[in-house]
Amino acid sequence: MLDLTPNECVEREALRINPCKTCQPVGAVYAALGVHRCMPYSHGSQGCISYHRTVLSRHFKEPAPAVSSSFTEGASVFGGGSNLKTGVKNVFEIYKPDIIAIHTTCLSETIGDDIRSIIQDIEVPDGKYLVHANTPSYVGSHVYGYYNMMCGFINYLSESTGVPNGKVAIFPGWMNPGDLVEIKRLADICGLKYIMFPDQSGVMDAPLLGTYEMYPEGGTRISEIKDLGNCRCVLALGEMISAEPCFALERKCKVPHKMIPYPIGVENTDEFVMQTVKLSGIGNVPVCLENERGQLIDMMIDSHQHYSQKKVAIYGDPDTVLGVMSFVLELGMTPKYVITGTFGERFDHEAARILEVYGVKDCKVKSNADLFELHQWIKNESVDLLIGTTYGKQIAKAENIPLVRVGFPVLDRYVHSYMPIVGYRGCIRLLEMITNVFLDERDRECEDKDLEIVL
Amino acid sequence: MNTEPGTILDERKAFIRYGQESGIKCEADSVSGAVSQRACVYCGARVVLNPITDAFHIVHGPIGCASYTWDIRGSLTSGSDEYRNSYSTDMTEKDVIFGGEKKLSAAIDEVVEKHSPSLIFVYATCIVGVIGDDIGSVCRAAEARHPNVRIIPVQSPGFSGTKSHGYKLACEALMDLIRPHYDQAKVKGINFLGDYNLAGEAWIVRGYLESIGIPIITTFTGDSCHKNLIRAPSAQMNIVQCAGSMTYLAKCMENEFGIPYMKISFFGVEDTSASLLRISQAVGTEENICAAKELIAREEARVNPILKEYKKRLQGKKAAVYVGGGFKAISLIRQFNALGMKTAMVGTQTGTQEDYEIIRQIADSDTVILDDANPAELETFMKEKDVDILVGGVKERPLAYKLGVAFCDHNHERRHALAGYEGVLNFVKEIDASINSPIWNYVGGCDRS
Repeated sequence: MLDLTPNECVEREALRINPCKTCQPVGAVYAALGVHRCMPYSHGSQGCISYHRTVLSRHFKEPAPAVSSSFTEGASVFGGGSNLKTGVKNVFEIYKPDIIAIHTTCLSETIGDDIRSIIQDIEVPDGKYLVHANTPSYVGSHVYGYYNMMCGFINYLSESTGVPNGKVAIFPGWMNPGDLVEIKRLADICGLKYIMFPDQSGVMDAPLLGTYEMYPEGGTRISEIKDLGNCRCVLALGEMISAEPCFALERKCKVPHKMIPYPIGVENTDEFVMQTVKLSGIGNVPVCLENERGQLIDMMIDSHQHYSQKKVAIYGDPDTVLGVMSFVLELGMTPKYVITGTFGERFDHEAARILEVYGVKDCKVKSNADLFELHQWIKNESVDLLIGTTYGKQIAKAENIPLVRVGFPVLDRYVHSYMPIVGYRGCIRLLEMITNVFLDERDRECEDKDLEIVL
Repeated sequence: MNTEPGTILDERKAFIRYGQESGIKCEADSVSGAVSQRACVYCGARVVLNPITDAFHIVHGPIGCASYTWDIRGSLTSGSDEYRNSYSTDMTEKDVIFGGEKKLSAAIDEVVEKHSPSLIFVYATCIVGVIGDDIGSVCRAAEARHPNVRIIPVQSPGFSGTKSHGYKLACEALMDLIRPHYDQAKVKGINFLGDYNLAGEAWIVRGYLESIGIPIITTFTGDSCHKNLIRAPSAQMNIVQCAGSMTYLAKCMENEFGIPYMKISFFGVEDTSASLLRISQAVGTEENICAAKELIAREEARVNPILKEYKKRLQGKKAAVYVGGGFKAISLIRQFNALGMKTAMVGTQTGTQEDYEIIRQIADSDTVILDDANPAELETFMKEKDVDILVGGVKERPLAYKLGVAFCDHNHERRHALAGYEGVLNFVKEIDASINSPIWNYVGGCDRS
């Protein structure tokens, strides 16, 4: 692990080493968990859903209920239709969800199960719903699975009744509950009437009250997903993850959209706030938000000497990486390597555009990359800081580089899923993590005589 | 059965028994639509083979199968740490349509060219089972191209059975690895099967055995390497810790190499002492037996007074157990008994009829016993039995906490050793820290009067 990575970089064609992504279905599960009283359902064999529940439990330190068709050899040969029918019946009977969100796996996709037609033969109890999304594991990444499941909900449920609801739909993208709470707080302060979809807050950060609720209070209501079709417009965060659901809603219900980056960093948060203010019609940015922004800027100036011009490598999901990249540029740091495991020319273009604004020339940007390659680059020319998921931990240890954990998954730390990195407050937290990791490093590494109590 | 209506599916009732009832259903497929805690065939194969420290594991399939099993166990190494990387062919749509054999060949070549491995395992995942890539012939051809490298296929499509079937496939892969080296002179020593060196557990046991004069030839597979594994046929005897995963390998080695095997357990004082004595009696001299007795006496004298103190804090508490294999459940019931605790619920993912019979005998008459349970059932019985602690794995932890129940991690990701006398101390410390944490006083709201 630590010594294996050779310095010499060679193009690999067939082999993926230490991935910076995982497969679609886990995205579908996480999206479905953001709908109230929804049971995610994996149409495939048992292992997949067991892995997805495990990784979600590890990241959020929360139970993540989800079921599977429990494919056997028979189902793989003769088709999984009867498994799906039995499974759905059992789920409604025993776990009593209001809605089941079915996603496919590589197995059910390849044997060619036509979920839509199987669903038509299933008798759904009154007032209950079934939706589905195709999420072949061999296409794209978990990011695709997330937006495909959003599209599944929209395609099945959203409708335009001709009666506008006056609300704005917020598509927040793949965020932690702490981020979603922050987005809603900002929207509330700006007086925006909205429907957030999906919304895992209240679900994946449910309180411990001594009882286990399979369906905690949070999540977008089914009625709200239906009502998305009557929204004035969509304010979508993260172009890479939210574009497809925007198109789906536009196709089906003619709802227009505005896509902006994840509100990570000053400018990105400014844009979110300005859009929200514009859409709510309150005219001016609320004073309390001006103050939060001012506090962030104040902190940035106070601390800038400790991180200015440090070189940083950022990896993870495309929208998160682009947001973090913007912020570190605003801090005066230099992104040296920026990678995502997900495919996407748009990622490369957007990263190039942001770098150009700051005149950064020698930053390597790559989509569909893996962490082994990043490690090789770092071995050839190191960086001062890593920002990304837990999976960068091996590189951090091997090269003795501090790591700030951001994105999905963070498996080896606590509390992170409650704490935002979006909005001005989220930026302050990210700034705290970045600054203190350098100061901690200095205190740990310096000579005794150089240890300073006061900075 | 005294359960809330609607919580337990009719199809699930045969999988659940109270202590005095026999004839539990197990080793069967999970019910469609149930929230099963089980994993798949590939997972079973991977967790058994992964700890081999210098092996390269190439997962032929979409990226998920590789990324979810990347560095999945807390298996420590004293040599190479190669096994902690993740290799995959990351199959895409094109590979699924046109077949992935060429990509797999190229991936093997890339590994061989860049990393000079001596041992590669290639796993077939669900998709490979469906599209019919012949990983066996790809591996044979690759071995012909790279004569110094062992390249072993593991036919483990996820849907082709249960996780236990994956264990069996892993054992077959291990037999493929060691079979060509069958013709070796016997030396003094044993193989240690079914230990994955989680948090250094194999080292603890190795230390005991070495101190009583019985060497370990090789471990399967915790902290093992290619060079040591192929010395396995020279052993006098095999000892099997994780019966679920490795009894099959022990039987294969018995049949093919004439190596007898013995099931042992290093969980709990009682099991650890009994196992050390039995091993020394089976393969040792009088001198070894004496040394074993001395070690047992010394360690028990050290550990028992500490346990006695913990017993005061734990006596009368009720435990629930939900673990992977039967052998672990059995050891845990014994350990709880020794601490004066009751095991009110016990379940496994892959227990056998034989395991459940032993569980039935050592558990209380009203203990709930269940196979392949789901969270709804765990919740039902944990509430019904009003348990104080759940012993389980990563998916059960948040469930227990939500119910206001303490938790002990006894799964393969844990970072603390639970084997041997040291492990017993770690175990009671963890049980005590969780059950007796002041945090539980605050569960249930501010108005608790």
